[in-house]
Amino acid sequence: MKLSSGTVRMIIPAVSLAVLLSAVFYMQPRAMSYTGLNLLFNLAVPIALATIAQMLIMAVNDLDLSMGTFVSFAACVTATFLQSSPFVGLLILIGAIAVYAAMGVIIYLRELPSIVVTLGMSFVWAGLAVLLLPSPGGSAPDWARALMTSKPPVVPMAIVASVVIAAVTHFLVMRSSFGVLIRGVGGNSRSVERAGWSVIGIRAATYALAGLFAVLAGIALVGLTTAADANIALRYTLLSIAGVILGGGEFVGGRVSPVGAVIGALTLTLAGSFLSFMRISPDWQIGAQGAILIVVLGLRLFLNRLEKREKNR
Amino acid sequence: MNGFGPLVRKPWIWSFAATIIVWAVTVLFTGGASSLGLSQAALTFAAFSVIVGIGQMFVITLGPGNIDLSVPATMTLSGTLALKLMDVQDGMIVVGLVASILIGIAIGIGNYGLIKLLRIPPIIATLSMSFIVQSIAIWSNRGLRIKPPEVLAGFSTSYSFGIPNVALVALLLSLVAWVLLEKSIYGRWISAIGQSTFAARMAGIPVDGTRFATYVLCAVLASICGYLLASFSGGAALNMGAEYLLMSIAVVVIGGTAVAGGNSNIPGIWGASLFMFLVVSMLNTYGFGAGTRLILTGVIIIVVILAAGGKKALR
Repeated sequence: MKLSSGTVRMIIPAVSLAVLLSAVFYMQPRAMSYTGLNLLFNLAVPIALATIAQMLIMAVNDLDLSMGTFVSFAACVTATFLQSSPFVGLLILIGAIAVYAAMGVIIYLRELPSIVVTLGMSFVWAGLAVLLLPSPGGSAPDWARALMTSKPPVVPMAIVASVVIAAVTHFLVMRSSFGVLIRGVGGNSRSVERAGWSVIGIRAATYALAGLFAVLAGIALVGLTTAADANIALRYTLLSIAGVILGGGEFVGGRVSPVGAVIGALTLTLAGSFLSFMRISPDWQIGAQGAILIVVLGLRLFLNRLEKREKNR
Repeated sequence: MNGFGPLVRKPWIWSFAATIIVWAVTVLFTGGASSLGLSQAALTFAAFSVIVGIGQMFVITLGPGNIDLSVPATMTLSGTLALKLMDVQDGMIVVGLVASILIGIAIGIGNYGLIKLLRIPPIIATLSMSFIVQSIAIWSNRGLRIKPPEVLAGFSTSYSFGIPNVALVALLLSLVAWVLLEKSIYGRWISAIGQSTFAARMAGIPVDGTRFATYVLCAVLASICGYLLASFSGGAALNMGAEYLLMSIAVVVIGGTAVAGGNSNIPGIWGASLFMFLVVSMLNTYGFGAGTRLILTGVIIIVVILAAGGKKALR
C-alpha cells in the first residue's frame, strides 16, 4: 500500500478521533444519537475556529499567544455591542481584525519575535475585555444563538459546522493560490519575495484572516453560552496550539493541515467528555488529558517511522 | 550613532533604562515617600521572576521552538509537596528543599524524555507534562493550606542589609547562572546549539546531553522558586504558578535574550523583572482600574520590544 506523507498526516488525527469516539460510544451507547453527538461536540465549534486561526499564524512560522484573550475579547464584544448596537459592534470587530493585520506587518518589518508581540497583545485584549464586561454578563445576539442551536435534519449542527469549517479552510489554504502563498511564506519567504509577491501583504492578509476566524470563534462561543466573561476562552491559547500539532501541523515550514486542525480540535474536546464518561476523579482529569495528548503524539511518531521504513525499502 | 560607547550596545541596557524611568515616575507621584518600600517590594517580587526567568532563558537559548511551559505546574507541585513534607517543622527545612529540587529533576527528566523519545516539539511536550504535574499537585493538595516552617517563613519575608532575602537568593542563583553561561563550557555549548544545532553536532558537542541538562536545570529553578514562593506567601496555592508562565517568557525576551536562541544575558532578566513589577505598581499608584492596567501593561511591553528592536535596525 502506498501512502503519501500528506495522507499519513491525516490518518493519525482521524484514527485517534475514531478510537476516542468508539470508546465513548462503548461506554455510553446513548451518546450515539443526534442529541448525544451534538452535546459531545457542541463546544468543539469555537475551539475548531480558534485552532484554524492559530494554524494560519503558524503557517507563516509565527505563534499567537494572545489567541485565548482575543477570543474572550471577541466574545465580550459579541455579548455587548454586537447585541445592542450591531453596527458599532461590527466596527469594533473589524477594527480588531485590522489590529491583527497590523501586528503581522509590524512583526515582519521590525523582525520582532511573534511570541513576545502577541504576549504583549494578550494583556491588551484581556484589559479591553475586562473594561467591556467587568463581571460575567451580556447576552448573545439572537442570530448567533439561533445559528448555534439550530437543528439541521439528520446530522447535528456541531458536525455540520465542523465539516463546513474544514471544507472552507481546506479550500482556502490548500487549494487556492492565496493559500499557496501563505504556506510559501512559511516555507521560504525569500523565494516568495523573489517571485515578485509582497511578503508584507501576504502576512497582513494571513493575520487578518486569522483575526477573522478568531472573531468567529468568539461569536460561536457566545452563541452557545448565551453570555460572556472576560476569561471565557483563556484555555484556547494552549488548546489551539495543541489542536494544530495534533492535526499534523508543524511549528515551522508552512506545513499545516486545516482538516487535521479541525479534527485535532474535535479530538481535544472529545478527550474531555471521554474522561468524564470514564468517571475519572476530577483531580486527574487534566492529567489524563495530558496523557491522551502524549499517547496520540506517540502514535504519530510510530506511524511516521513506518512511513519512513516504507520509503527506504 | 556610535558615540554612546559600548554600553548602549548591551542588549540589557534597555530594560534597565525603562525600569529607572518607571521607578522615577512612580516615586514622583508619591512625592518620594515610598521610594524605599517600593524598591524593596520590587526586589522581592522581581526575585521570583528572576529565578524562573533564568531557567526559561537557558531553555530559550537552545534555539527556536525550545520553551518550557511546565514552569507554573512545577512551581505549584514543588511548593505543595515541600510544605507538606516539612509539616511546619523547622528541622525539615533542608529536607524540603532537597525534595523540591528532586521534584524539579524528575520533571525535567520527564520533559526531555518526552521531547527526545516521542520527538514532540518542546511546547507540546512540556504542556502535556504540565497537565500531569498539575494533576498530581491537585491530588496531593486537597485544598489544604499548610503553613511553612516558621524559620523559613521568617527568612523569606525578612531583609538583610535592607535587601530582601529572596532577592539575595535570586542574586546568588544569577551569579551561578552567569558563571555557567559565560565562563563554563556548558554555556558555550548551549549558545552553540542555539545558533546552529547542526553545526554544534558536527563540532562534536554532546547536543542531547546539553539539552537534557538544560531542561532539568529549568525545572529545578522553577521548583526552587515554587519552594520560596510558597514559603513567602505563607502556604502553597494551586494557582500560585499561573502568572509565572507568561512572566518567565516576558522577562527573558524583554531582557534582551534573542528569542531565536543562541544569545542570552542575565542582567537583562533582572532589569525586565523589576520593570514588569514596577509597571504594575506604577499603574496601581496612579489609580487605574484592572482593565486599563492590563491594557497599559501590554502597550508598554510592546513599546519596549519595539524600542529594543530598533537598535537591531541601527546595526
